[in-house]
Amino acid sequence: MTEAPAVVPLDYTAESLEGLLGPEWSPTLVNAFRWMTLARVLDGRMLALQRQGRIGFYGPATGQEAVSVGAALSIGPDDWVFPGLREQLVALARGHSLTTYLHHLFANDLDPARGRQMPCHPTAREVRYVSMSSVIGTQVTHAVGLAYAMKLRRDPSVALAFFGDGATSANDFHAGANLAAVWQAPVVFCCTNNQWAISVPVEHQTRSATLAAKSVAYGMPGERVDGTDLVAVVARLRAAIAVARSGAGPSLLEFVVYRMTPHSSSDDPTRYQSPEFLLEARAHDPYLRTEALLRTLGLADDAQTTAWREESDAAVRAAIETAEAAPPPSPDSMRSDVLAPAPPPAPS
Amino acid sequence: MTELTLVQAINRGLGEAMRADPDVLVLGEDVGINGGVFRATEGLFKEFGGDRVIDTPLSETGIVGAAIGMALYGLKPIAEIQFLDFIYPAFDQIVSELAKFRFRSGGQYPCHVVIRSPYGGGIKGGLYHSQSSEAYFAHTAGLKVVIPSTPADAKGLLTTAIHDPDPVLFLEPKRIYRAVTGEVPEGENRVPFGEARVARAGDDLTIFAYGAMMPPSLTAAETLAAEGKSVEVIDLRTLVPLDERAVVASVEKTGRAVIVHEAPRFCGFGAELAAILAEKAFFSLKSPVQRVTGYDTPFPYALENLYLPNAERIVHAARASLSAG
Repeated sequence: MTEAPAVVPLDYTAESLEGLLGPEWSPTLVNAFRWMTLARVLDGRMLALQRQGRIGFYGPATGQEAVSVGAALSIGPDDWVFPGLREQLVALARGHSLTTYLHHLFANDLDPARGRQMPCHPTAREVRYVSMSSVIGTQVTHAVGLAYAMKLRRDPSVALAFFGDGATSANDFHAGANLAAVWQAPVVFCCTNNQWAISVPVEHQTRSATLAAKSVAYGMPGERVDGTDLVAVVARLRAAIAVARSGAGPSLLEFVVYRMTPHSSSDDPTRYQSPEFLLEARAHDPYLRTEALLRTLGLADDAQTTAWREESDAAVRAAIETAEAAPPPSPDSMRSDVLAPAPPPAPS
Repeated sequence: MTELTLVQAINRGLGEAMRADPDVLVLGEDVGINGGVFRATEGLFKEFGGDRVIDTPLSETGIVGAAIGMALYGLKPIAEIQFLDFIYPAFDQIVSELAKFRFRSGGQYPCHVVIRSPYGGGIKGGLYHSQSSEAYFAHTAGLKVVIPSTPADAKGLLTTAIHDPDPVLFLEPKRIYRAVTGEVPEGENRVPFGEARVARAGDDLTIFAYGAMMPPSLTAAETLAAEGKSVEVIDLRTLVPLDERAVVASVEKTGRAVIVHEAPRFCGFGAELAAILAEKAFFSLKSPVQRVTGYDTPFPYALENLYLPNAERIVHAARASLSAG
């Protein structure tokens, strides 16, 4: 393997950060970095557990953490999240229990969805994290419908719809973007362009110069953002969310990131990805870029980052232990939740 | 009681549900100021306004996907798909999303959505305004499939659908939208799901039908009565949930079954009925189950009357059943 390249630094000063993120900029960055640490630890442990046969599947989010944590820290408790495959950190950083998420990854009886879905498809209603399927892009129209319902009810909340670069080729993206603009629905489309739809590179996905450019035809603002730059993610998301909340309609943010891992535990990217891509990816590792920024600003040092890592290690280890000890779904769970339980007979 | 056509009964049912519950809204193509291409939503836009009677862009996947999102928020959307033939762009949303939300979320996200769609042939609509593809949907767990054949049932079943916490596909036999009239109770009157209706009682043979196949089935029973045969006609009304007990009980009584639907025969809903009879009423059967159905071809424009089952074909099948065994 070629030597790891230098990480491209995030060029911010205390003054510029205060301007972009407000007076609370420093706890915001530290909080975000601690969640990114957790996500990084989680990805490492879960891929290992999958290889050991202890969980069935895993879709890592390494390289995309700044977008997820940036989103979680940019929305309010009443806002809604429609995730894709790699957004579980949004749920966790909004307060979804790590242990409950591990129950889901182990597909056991304490998983709120009773082990019915593959790992990395959690539902967390308590943090308004909506259930997802594995079909690409279908959640886009759901986010729009929910957002329009909020507009009809004069609810000032917003919906974030996450999807990847591949989804921009799917009909639901088009249908949803069009509907949202026609309805001026309070939704922010968060396209996490990790440059790969499994093995297909984004240049085979579209002839558009950018994915953000697609917003023009729908009649909404669109913007390409460096998704490995936590500060840019938060600043641009906050702006788009404020627009949506004010009633001024939807927008499309394209977060350019690098998928630093296989698509999933079932994928072998050496079949299609060049080593150069990974080198560039590592130079844009959002975790390392954020860490370097914190060090520059004097918000972290070796002892501090080690402590945060150990804290995440311990949390993940404890959650694994609890989840692995839980029983598998009971056979009768297969039949529940297909339909609502039958109501009691009406009084005669 | 008021005498209404089937489409008028649906219109009444929609209006009453919207008056009773501000969370109920209608969305679809041309449902607003135009009142729907069949006028099922006539007058609703004027009464409830564009926020509750929503003309959508032309996208079935968008209509159903957005309806799902509205339901996730807590509204009770009624999505209209203009013709069942146009529902396939939304098939993914219906089968992959709508029908599975409750299950895959462990009950955290139920989907209170009704999809209304006119279905079936006999209006000179050709391949793409005539299909009867209920079997695709009946095959999907998590989805209820309802097909009325009378004005009273149309309103009563629609009212039940609108109150049902689970997704309901409500298929309207457009051929008899105006060809059938009947007394419809005033006010909220729910017809329960999973209860077949004995449209005509009889002892010698049972005809199972639904939707637009009910009128020719009843005509056939009348013809056979003139020949001294007592024919029972059962209107299934809801394919999912199916009133299996009524299906089996009727054949235990008559010993003979003719199943009628306008959809193609192969893997049609009649195949399920025949299988249920083979499993649960085998020893009551005096002759083989007969099916009178559309053909295993695309729906033909010029030859639609040849394609669609009629009373004559039903009588023919019934005679074959009665003379065998």
